[in-house]
Amino acid sequence: MVAPSVAAIAVFVYGFVGWTGYVSLTRWNDVLPDYRWVGVRTYVDLFQNFRFQIDLLNTAKFTVAFLAACLVIGFGLAVLLDRGVRGESVFRTIYLAPLAISFIVTGVVWRWLLNPGSPQLGSVGINLLLERLHLGFLRTGWYTDPRIGILAVAIAATWQMSGYTMALYLAGLRSIPEDLREAARVDGAGEWQLFWRILVPLLQPITLSAVIILGHISLKIFDLVVAMTGPGPGFSSDVPAFFMFDTTFRGNHFAQGAAIAEVLLVLVAMLTVPYLIYSTRTEVER
Amino acid sequence: MTVAVPASRAVPAGRAARRVAWGRVLTYLLLVGAAVVYLLPIYVLLVTSMKSFAEVSLQRMWSLPSGLYFSSFVQAWAGSPTHRGLEHNFLNSVKLTVPATLVSSFLGSLNGYVLAKWRFRGADIVFPAILFGMFIPYQSILIPLVQTLQFLGLYGTLPGLVFVHVVYGIPITTLIFRNYYATVPTELVEAASIDGAGIGGIYRRIIVPLSAPAFVVAAIWQFTSIWNDFLFGVTVTSDPTVQPITVALNNLAGSYIVEWNVQMGGALLAALPTLVVYVVLGRYFLRGLMAGSLKG
Repeated sequence: MVAPSVAAIAVFVYGFVGWTGYVSLTRWNDVLPDYRWVGVRTYVDLFQNFRFQIDLLNTAKFTVAFLAACLVIGFGLAVLLDRGVRGESVFRTIYLAPLAISFIVTGVVWRWLLNPGSPQLGSVGINLLLERLHLGFLRTGWYTDPRIGILAVAIAATWQMSGYTMALYLAGLRSIPEDLREAARVDGAGEWQLFWRILVPLLQPITLSAVIILGHISLKIFDLVVAMTGPGPGFSSDVPAFFMFDTTFRGNHFAQGAAIAEVLLVLVAMLTVPYLIYSTRTEVER
Repeated sequence: MTVAVPASRAVPAGRAARRVAWGRVLTYLLLVGAAVVYLLPIYVLLVTSMKSFAEVSLQRMWSLPSGLYFSSFVQAWAGSPTHRGLEHNFLNSVKLTVPATLVSSFLGSLNGYVLAKWRFRGADIVFPAILFGMFIPYQSILIPLVQTLQFLGLYGTLPGLVFVHVVYGIPITTLIFRNYYATVPTELVEAASIDGAGIGGIYRRIIVPLSAPAFVVAAIWQFTSIWNDFLFGVTVTSDPTVQPITVALNNLAGSYIVEWNVQMGGALLAALPTLVVYVVLGRYFLRGLMAGSLKG
């Protein structure tokens, strides 16, 4: 009964990953396949490639900014919602709505929102809004400014995904029994101590889940970059997933694309495999 | 205001009460402020799509429309002399998403049942090995995928794309169903087994009738992710008449001759189906989301 699915995953996930690995060790850098062996040379070249170095740095910047923003905003909103507010479900619905939307839609909308404007057009989008709010000094070039670049993409990604951390933390807060909070209060803990000494440590497993799920999303980020910015000036918003697609399907450098893909896979595996083994094992014990 | 506050959080009257009231005000201010920020992009999407041609200047991006015209929306749907409408691509997405959702949910149900109720040898390795399939960057399988689809004659076709979504949907649907079936009492399965029912008979007679809640969660999750997919669509289909809506929207938005308001109309069109499902069935969407984080 499970045989067709298991076979499909064996071939389409593991077999294909293996084949991509093989391609990355060949000379196939033109339209037609060329399976002559070159060994790890493509990888050596890749790590010396200027664009790939920028991409890795961009991924690091994006991951840090995106994760920090999602964790702080998500946690903050969850704590506020846990205080027993009216219309909680309305707030929750609003914060989670962007998750139902495609990254392509998000990219198209935010490309206009974070549009730098031009001398003819004047300010548009967020810059225009800032002007109207008498905060014109905050206007910037957003994704067209190489110093911001990928961080502008992180703003859109945070808009889309921070509701997810809110939902995770809210579920976590709700699972902490009221007795425990009560016991701490009886022992003389103030609200502040209760927060830092009881709630925050108990929510650590949730933070771990959020870091792993959002972290692997940010390593793979692709659609949003395509729709919002492309590689940007001086590759300031380029990422490995985009480089892979670009070089493979537009440049026909299949071996190089395969190598980038395998590097991405190793990064994602380092993050998710321990978590996967840990999660399924503790579940079985239960 | 009569807010239902749990007894433990009620505070004695007097100065403390006034302080707590300010805390309440601040709580609501922050929550409403955040809601406004989250809604801003959706607001722009909606109002731009409703405006008339005369109102769509970028300078008036944040203004409300003077009436309901939907001209940008109609242009995005039907097209104009300068660009292809998204009508066909919307229908392609429907034809793609519906079968792929149903088939991958069905396969997930079979797998979930066997993994939850029939502890075969190696199940402890097979399950995480299947789940890893939902974390991989798909870039690492795209090259052989294209070669295989070309070999099978499915490259560039909707059935090919359906097939791809079914295969790569297996991990998440298996997870959703396995977690759900784990809550079904094993005694039910054992009793039927004693009565002589086989693995398939138990599935049909006992498991399938219980599956509706998990099916809704899996189907909504798959509908949303397949509708929103871009990477498989752009890799597998190059013909504009076959492409799903996300790919067509990206092409529309990347074209300099298409006005920004038409792009917004197209974006709303691409977002509407999943947004509507989310608003109507949000509860189930959230469950899929939680399942995806494994331990939640």
